[in-house]
Amino acid sequence: MGNWVVNYWFSVLFLATWLGLNVFLFVHAFLSYEKADKYFYTREILGSALAWARASARCLNFNSMLILLPVCRNLLSFLRGTCSFCRHALRKQLDHNLAFHKLVAYMICLHTAIHIIAHLFNFEHYSRSRWATDGSLASILSTLSQQERDEDSWINPIQSPNMTVEYVTFTSIAGVTGVIITIALVLIVTSAMEFIRRSYFEVFWYTHHIFIIYFIGLGIHGIGGIVRGQTEESLNESHPHRCAEFLEQWDDHDSHCKHPRFEGLPAESWKWILAPGILYIFERILRFYRSKQKVVITKVVMHPSKVLELQMSKHGFIMEVGQYIFVNCPSISYLEWHPFTLTSAPEEDFFSIHIRAVGDWTENLIRAFEQQHSPIPRIEVDGPFGTVSEDVFQYEVAVLVGAGIGVTPFASILKSIWYKFRHADHNLKTQTIYFFWICRETGAFAWFSDLLASLEHEMEELGKVDFLNYRLFLTGWDTNIAGHAALNFDKATDILTGLKQKTSFGRPMWDNEFSTIANAHPKSVVGVFLCGPQTLAKSLSKRCHQYSSLDPRKVQFYFNKEDF
Amino acid sequence: MGQIEWAMWANEQALASGLILITGGIVATAGQFTSWWFGTYSIVAGVFICLLEYPRGKRRKGSTMERCGQKYLTKVVKVLGPLSRNYYIRAVLHLGLSVPAGFLLATILGTACLAIASSIYLLAAFHGEQWTPIEPQPKPKERPQVGGTIKQPPSNPPPRPPAEARKKSSEEEAAASAGVSGGPQENPVPVVDEVV
Repeated sequence: MGNWVVNYWFSVLFLATWLGLNVFLFVHAFLSYEKADKYFYTREILGSALAWARASARCLNFNSMLILLPVCRNLLSFLRGTCSFCRHALRKQLDHNLAFHKLVAYMICLHTAIHIIAHLFNFEHYSRSRWATDGSLASILSTLSQQERDEDSWINPIQSPNMTVEYVTFTSIAGVTGVIITIALVLIVTSAMEFIRRSYFEVFWYTHHIFIIYFIGLGIHGIGGIVRGQTEESLNESHPHRCAEFLEQWDDHDSHCKHPRFEGLPAESWKWILAPGILYIFERILRFYRSKQKVVITKVVMHPSKVLELQMSKHGFIMEVGQYIFVNCPSISYLEWHPFTLTSAPEEDFFSIHIRAVGDWTENLIRAFEQQHSPIPRIEVDGPFGTVSEDVFQYEVAVLVGAGIGVTPFASILKSIWYKFRHADHNLKTQTIYFFWICRETGAFAWFSDLLASLEHEMEELGKVDFLNYRLFLTGWDTNIAGHAALNFDKATDILTGLKQKTSFGRPMWDNEFSTIANAHPKSVVGVFLCGPQTLAKSLSKRCHQYSSLDPRKVQFYFNKEDF
Repeated sequence: MGQIEWAMWANEQALASGLILITGGIVATAGQFTSWWFGTYSIVAGVFICLLEYPRGKRRKGSTMERCGQKYLTKVVKVLGPLSRNYYIRAVLHLGLSVPAGFLLATILGTACLAIASSIYLLAAFHGEQWTPIEPQPKPKERPQVGGTIKQPPSNPPPRPPAEARKKSSEEEAAASAGVSGGPQENPVPVVDEVV
């Protein structure tokens, strides 16, 4: 529990503040439209639906303002960089940006629904009071514009009994922009569903740019001033509390109550979205500028199972462990940027990524690099972005668990730890590393086995074999593989990977592993780092609690789930 | 964008449109708006569309994530045969369903979204996609008990005569017609299959 609080207190505080602001804005706007005298006559026709619509509109403005901010990657990186003195927890929260972006999007959807439903009722009420002939206040108010043709005398946008609500919707700015931006919102949401996003990234990426239509439409949505309230002057002259009952006297010249005069509410959305809009435009310009910086490809390596390694260098590129970059290849697609985890260590003089063929773009890229006779395609790079997990170097004993593709950032981490160790870097407190690699089959990660093999070799040379202990677990085994392993039991190196450490089959038995580590390091603080699925995280964090000794001087396990 | 399966996105869009139609329909019917009967139609159409679109079709490449509990509806949708398999039919169906909802403001958003879904389905149909149900995985075969497969002792245990003698003897066997079961070895003690 304590661990959770330490890691997540900032998130909880942030979300609570955001929700609190939403509730406050909603209630404040609701009460102001429900109680204000200015809207007394409007409420006569519309009822509470006016307040519901305006309150949800206020929240929509607020959330539309917020939604652009988490996706300004460069701005966030800048904040994180200047925040190097800040607590680690704060910097980590900046990486949950996409989670926040989605949360704000859900809130926008919710308020859109409330807003539309409220306005449907509003239009219906306007229409009914236009048709009503019972002499009620509502019907008199609705006929106001027919008698005088002044601009400020009408309140009901449905000017004649022949106008249908559909007609008003599609001939008013508010109606047309409302329909367009809602359709845009629906398209954005359906193409951003996790299944579509992960399987067909391009559909998601291109459709998401419809948000430009959303923001422009939102900005001009309120221009028509279709929501009307009584003018200040008219309120002073003929206050509704005094004059509402004397509506038949409004025409009389000598009555002290005149016809109420109305004005439309000015558009206010643009005030909310202007600043973030400018920030976002600036962010895109910055991304474009950074991407134009020349990237020199120093080495291209084709690994087995269609994995391409690109080693590059770029002027002024500074990276840290576990970060990722966005890569664009104009000859394949001008507009697509795809993220890749960096697999090189900061101490190396190049940066590298390993690209697997998993979709259209990656396959085309690998094919382009395979051509021996044509020139190497140009690459553009934006970044690096992402969490900087320096905690990895702070623990005396580090337990690193990488599952499947989650092993990629550990390439960077292991290399960096090794460099720091060789150069006796003072920042490195690590004395022993236990690395657990869990994957279905090693095929696509053969390059990682090579990395482990070279680390193994170097450690032997330095005589420091105990520094790195790694275990590889293959979960996708069958009887064939097991048979082979049994036959080659007494060979020095593993038949599958060629490493000195034998491959184990199946999933690790964490209880055994933890108790072994606890026994081997009875007085140390052990940091456990995972890059993998949630179920594994739960399992590991449970073991961490279990095997941490009650005595704070003895072995303590701290669990860190990293989203690299 | 060669590997895009448009039908997957069309499916999400149609499902969303169904929900929007239901919501708009409920608002119109409950609020007794003018021409509220279009709202009732919209609820019915929305429910039908949601039920039709809920089971996700199988992707051509890669594994498909099923929606929670979709296997019951998959059976029903499968029964419709070509009506559900062919995306041209779905495109026309959705376009047709969307038209009556366009007469009421409360449901007009549903019309627009469903029309868009219909056009994406049309695009999917042009690309030759079709709806394949996700079949439930057959249960893995029960592993037979290792001991249970040993019924007879080995038919040719050592010491064995050299290869030529073995071949000759098997030819004789084949010629003499297979009256002896179990091969060239004659068991001195009759073998009975019993559980010890």
